[in-house]
Amino acid sequence: MTEAIFFIFSIVLIAAAFGVIASKNPVHAALYLVLSFFTGAVLWMLIKAEFLAVSLVVIYVGAVMVLFIFVVMMLDINFEELRKGFWQYVPVAGTVAAIMAVEMVMVLMHRAAAIDGAKLPDPAPGYNNAKVLGELIYTQYFLPFQLAAVILLVGMIAAIALTLRKRKNTKYINPAVQIKVKRDDRLRIVSVPVEARPSVEPPKADDGEQQA
Amino acid sequence: MTWTSLNASFATPEIFLLCAACAILLIDLFVSNAKRHITYVLTLAALAVTAYLLVTNYATQPQLAFNKMFVADPIASISKLGIVLGVALVLIYGRGYAAARGLFRGELFTLTLFALLGMMVMSSAVNFLSLYVGLELLSLSLYALVALRRESVQATEAAMKYFVLGALASGMLLYGMSMVYGATQSLDVTVIAHKIVSGEANRLLTVFGLVFIVTGIGFKVGAVPFHMWVPDVYEGSPTLIAQLIGSAPKLAAFAFIIRILAQGLEGFAFDWRGMLVVLAVLSLVIGNLTAIAQTNIKRMFAYSTISHMGFLLLGILVANPIGYSAAFFYAFTYVLTAAAGFGLVMLLSREGFEGDQIADFKGLAKRSPWFAGMMLLVMFSMAGIPVFVGFFAKLAVLKAIVNLGMVWLAVVAVAMSLVGAFYYLRVVKVMYFDEPTDNTPIVAAADARIVLSLNCLLLLGMGLAPNWLLAKLAEAVQYSLLPL
Repeated sequence: MTEAIFFIFSIVLIAAAFGVIASKNPVHAALYLVLSFFTGAVLWMLIKAEFLAVSLVVIYVGAVMVLFIFVVMMLDINFEELRKGFWQYVPVAGTVAAIMAVEMVMVLMHRAAAIDGAKLPDPAPGYNNAKVLGELIYTQYFLPFQLAAVILLVGMIAAIALTLRKRKNTKYINPAVQIKVKRDDRLRIVSVPVEARPSVEPPKADDGEQQA
Repeated sequence: MTWTSLNASFATPEIFLLCAACAILLIDLFVSNAKRHITYVLTLAALAVTAYLLVTNYATQPQLAFNKMFVADPIASISKLGIVLGVALVLIYGRGYAAARGLFRGELFTLTLFALLGMMVMSSAVNFLSLYVGLELLSLSLYALVALRRESVQATEAAMKYFVLGALASGMLLYGMSMVYGATQSLDVTVIAHKIVSGEANRLLTVFGLVFIVTGIGFKVGAVPFHMWVPDVYEGSPTLIAQLIGSAPKLAAFAFIIRILAQGLEGFAFDWRGMLVVLAVLSLVIGNLTAIAQTNIKRMFAYSTISHMGFLLLGILVANPIGYSAAFFYAFTYVLTAAAGFGLVMLLSREGFEGDQIADFKGLAKRSPWFAGMMLLVMFSMAGIPVFVGFFAKLAVLKAIVNLGMVWLAVVAVAMSLVGAFYYLRVVKVMYFDEPTDNTPIVAAADARIVLSLNCLLLLGMGLAPNWLLAKLAEAVQYSLLPL
């Protein structure tokens, strides 16, 4: 029974993964990715890693993919344009991929590559998936876990460094600077000599406007 | 499970570096653009303290820490010292270059420090998990650094290529590691080695995984036929980032390869030797032949790096301590040589002028006889002309190869070095026998000039007395490969 479920969901997973790269519409591709995450979560559930399965659904399907679809919809990218010339590489790429796939199957299907199917150990009474995982992460896998956090930090720094830019045309004025302004910065008293034929000059008020 | 049972004290330099990088990240927020040199000085100070901690924590015997995820041994300590030095040289040579191009920002320093942390972890990791995490930390920082000059289309394209191919390489590496895990039921390098020796490991599956691991490594070090990204990334990225990619990570890559192939999979040395022979020969041939056609010196350095990586792999494929120490010596001296080469390119650059064409070196002997002499030292060392350190590095590798009985491989390597000498000497010819087309004075700061001169003279100095370092590295390899 478990085996049947495993094979059904594995086939769905592979089909969905293929759909991610083959579908023309990026929103469809993202939805296929949701499907492949979901079936992946089911496979984890089958090996009784329920915490990982739930977190995969909650984090990837619930948060990351929603954000991803949001970004795809916000950005106006012509994906058809990007795909131009995609098919011209298919014959070569397909041949190479087919040869590699056949070679890999030949190796992995070979009798010498067989490993004894490891049976899942029965969980001890009171076994708690999330608790055990947490304990392992903070003891056995302390170093990689901390370094993974550093990688996320680097990702954050990189994202900010590559996208944050000061906009040049905003009309923003720093209030702190604005209230520090002195009369001399803004006001210029021009002595206009009296002339025989007085002409009306426009007011000079706009001089200091940009100084703040 | 307590804090002390982690043996975290063996990782003191890394822990300090992580804290320092986070502190600099925060301090930089409060530093105005005009005072950015504060961040620069703090970064160099952090590097100096890390180097000091590495010296005081020098491990003469392999010491495990973090539940067998991390090892402190002589190979790790010496590689890390070389890596810290290589990163410091990047910052010193690149300061003026970065300032003239609007790159002198806080992210340059923090990302560089995180890349350094990744390299240090790579040198010390003895578990596939920590090896991979260190590699990703390095790669991710480098992708971002290449893209840092975001208004440049060329830099963005280079970053994209680097990122996509780097991700592909990581995928290959992980797939290979998962296969080895399946065959040995362990991610721990020493346990894998034990299982292979005792015959418990499934041979076919392990070798199948090994193919993907070697492919991933080939991508990461830029060995032919996985070298496509190297020239574009070197040419497209700012020169100081090209220096960062082209120097220190080679030493980290050496340690990384030693951990996986020599310490983990030595039982299958016969299998990976064949793969490395192909990579090394192709790298030597294609790297050196393609370099001849280049007019951009950064691209020329890229193809020259590919051929040098061929030599590094030649040393490793010997699969005995003699070969490993020859490769170690090669990687160590290559870091210094490449750093000096890129430093000289940046020395010639100024605001609005990259100076990265070979033609820009025309008549350098008339403009600045001293730095023309320094470039001559670097080119001679890269070409492997006697008395310079590059010669002894090549000699050590060739000796190890001949000892193994693979004379034809040594002949190929020597023939390709001769081809390589052509394009290195062409730069010398351009400097000494062509008339200068551009007589603008060199505008590099005094500190960069002094350090660069010392760096170049060191290439000559190490060439005059190579035995001390060679013996030290051989000893390090010998003590590090002791069974844990």
